[in-house]
Amino acid sequence: MASPRIIGSIVAIAVAAGAIAAAAIVWRPAIAAVDPPASFDPALVKHGRDLAAIGNCNDCHTVRGAKDFAGGLPVPTPFGTIYSSNITPDAETGIGRWSEAAFRRAMQSGVDRDGQHLYPTFPYDHFTHVTDDDDRALYAYLMTQRPVRAPARENDLKFPFNQRVVVAGWKLLFLRHGSYQADATKSAEWNRGAYLVEGLAHCGACHTPRNALGAEKIQASFSGGDADNWHAYAINSQSKAPVPWTADALFQYLRHGWHPDHGVARGPMAEVVSNLSEVPESDVRAIATYMADVFGVPTPEQKRRGEEVLASSKQKPQAESTPGAQIFAAACASCHETSRAPPFGGINLALSTALASPDARNAANIVLAGIRPTAGERSPIMPGFADSMSDGQIALLLDELRIRFGHPPWTNTAAVVRDARRTQTVSLERDQP
Amino acid sequence: MMTLKVNGQDHQVDADPDTPLLYVLREDLKLNAAKFGCGLGQCGACTVIVDGKAVLSCVTPVMLLEGRKVTTLEGLGSVEAPAPIQRAFIEEQAAQCGYCIAGMMMRAQALLARNSKPTEAEIRSELQLNLCRCGTHMRILRAVHRASKLMQTADASPAPRSTP
Repeated sequence: MASPRIIGSIVAIAVAAGAIAAAAIVWRPAIAAVDPPASFDPALVKHGRDLAAIGNCNDCHTVRGAKDFAGGLPVPTPFGTIYSSNITPDAETGIGRWSEAAFRRAMQSGVDRDGQHLYPTFPYDHFTHVTDDDDRALYAYLMTQRPVRAPARENDLKFPFNQRVVVAGWKLLFLRHGSYQADATKSAEWNRGAYLVEGLAHCGACHTPRNALGAEKIQASFSGGDADNWHAYAINSQSKAPVPWTADALFQYLRHGWHPDHGVARGPMAEVVSNLSEVPESDVRAIATYMADVFGVPTPEQKRRGEEVLASSKQKPQAESTPGAQIFAAACASCHETSRAPPFGGINLALSTALASPDARNAANIVLAGIRPTAGERSPIMPGFADSMSDGQIALLLDELRIRFGHPPWTNTAAVVRDARRTQTVSLERDQP
Repeated sequence: MMTLKVNGQDHQVDADPDTPLLYVLREDLKLNAAKFGCGLGQCGACTVIVDGKAVLSCVTPVMLLEGRKVTTLEGLGSVEAPAPIQRAFIEEQAAQCGYCIAGMMMRAQALLARNSKPTEAEIRSELQLNLCRCGTHMRILRAVHRASKLMQTADASPAPRSTP
């Protein structure tokens, strides 16, 4: 009776091989804790600061009004809430005992110093393209920040997503390592922009739709996604911007936070443009150049339509007598229908991408919460209407505007406004009485 | 003709539905505490309270206010019997020209109703939307802190008012 024993051995070998293979996929060693260098080259630190701004690191790793980079910001995902980590150089609760190699591994492979897989809310699927030199500068910058003692907050994830081993499988499917390969047929500026956009700036993390497993749909790059209960607009040929974007317009918008033909960057994009206002101008130009190519050359029809909208935005509109129009006349028109150009007046809403977008959330968010002045910056202000308008009244207003500017009606405006009031509660409570 | 409930009283108002609340308050009801500053919802001089929340009356058409409760500074207290917030502003001498002060008091009142002991940062964040050109900001901050304390002591509570 040799055969059962042989079968048994085969099974045992198969199980062992499987376990080894699984371990190879899942298991990552800890990297030894170190005492980091006592000082760094100031030029490297400065370069790292610029890179961190381009990477928008502070946005997720800082709770508003709290200490920089101390983490703890809740990031809502379809799988539950993930809290950002403390990336200050605190020895116990931050990355104070991480070596540069450990930091680089986190950026390239999404593994922390202890060998734990990190959730891809930390966009290492983009950061894996960052060069070792840039990782070194980022490390130097973060390790010279003020350490903040702030223990990690427990993630609130459903099973099986609360098992970090799941992330190893996710990486097998969706994480593609490799540094950025320059396209020799394009300019140096274009290539610089592509390197930043696809890597550190991780624009696609918000602007690309995600699949059921939370990975970006590569074939739908930049065709619009979600960010913190806002719609991240399509920023490719599917853009709904009434006036087509150009490289110059993108530069002005990304550098200064607004453009007369497009309006103001708000919602999660506000922090992005705030960060980009301080980095080397050439990098913002490079991003604009690359993104203009991603948007593509507008079709003659898009161009003609853009010119029409620009012309119409300078004309006095017909007064309407629907309730939505009456609300607009009294609450909105004094800023949005004047001859004062932005930033001194609001944009004419014929130019609004929020109203042209298939998703009503951004328009609802802005009407509810308004636009707060940004401390320390010249910035536009719009009062929020959460406390003066009911959900039904805001829906009437938005439906009226959607039709007035020639877009097909939204079908679920009232529900969107109701959800927006709920999901924007934090900002409403903070910003509004 | 619509019914507007202001400071606990119903008023029959004959105004176009898109008339800003501020105009109705000042011109029809002769309640002149709320001020016209910019007319664009940018300065806060016109702030009143609607259903407990601070609202900019210059960009709030009356058509939105059917069945809602509007409170102006006149509804908080009077010269003879000032409300805690008014007492606090007087005691801190928080006004210079005074144009912004009614709006400041209304927004502060709404804050204190929601949060009786706000921190300095919370007060600053709250009043960020109200502008003062004279520069009495430090006194205004002190006045809001003082009002917070006054409201917590029994003797400072305003005379009982019939607020339905």
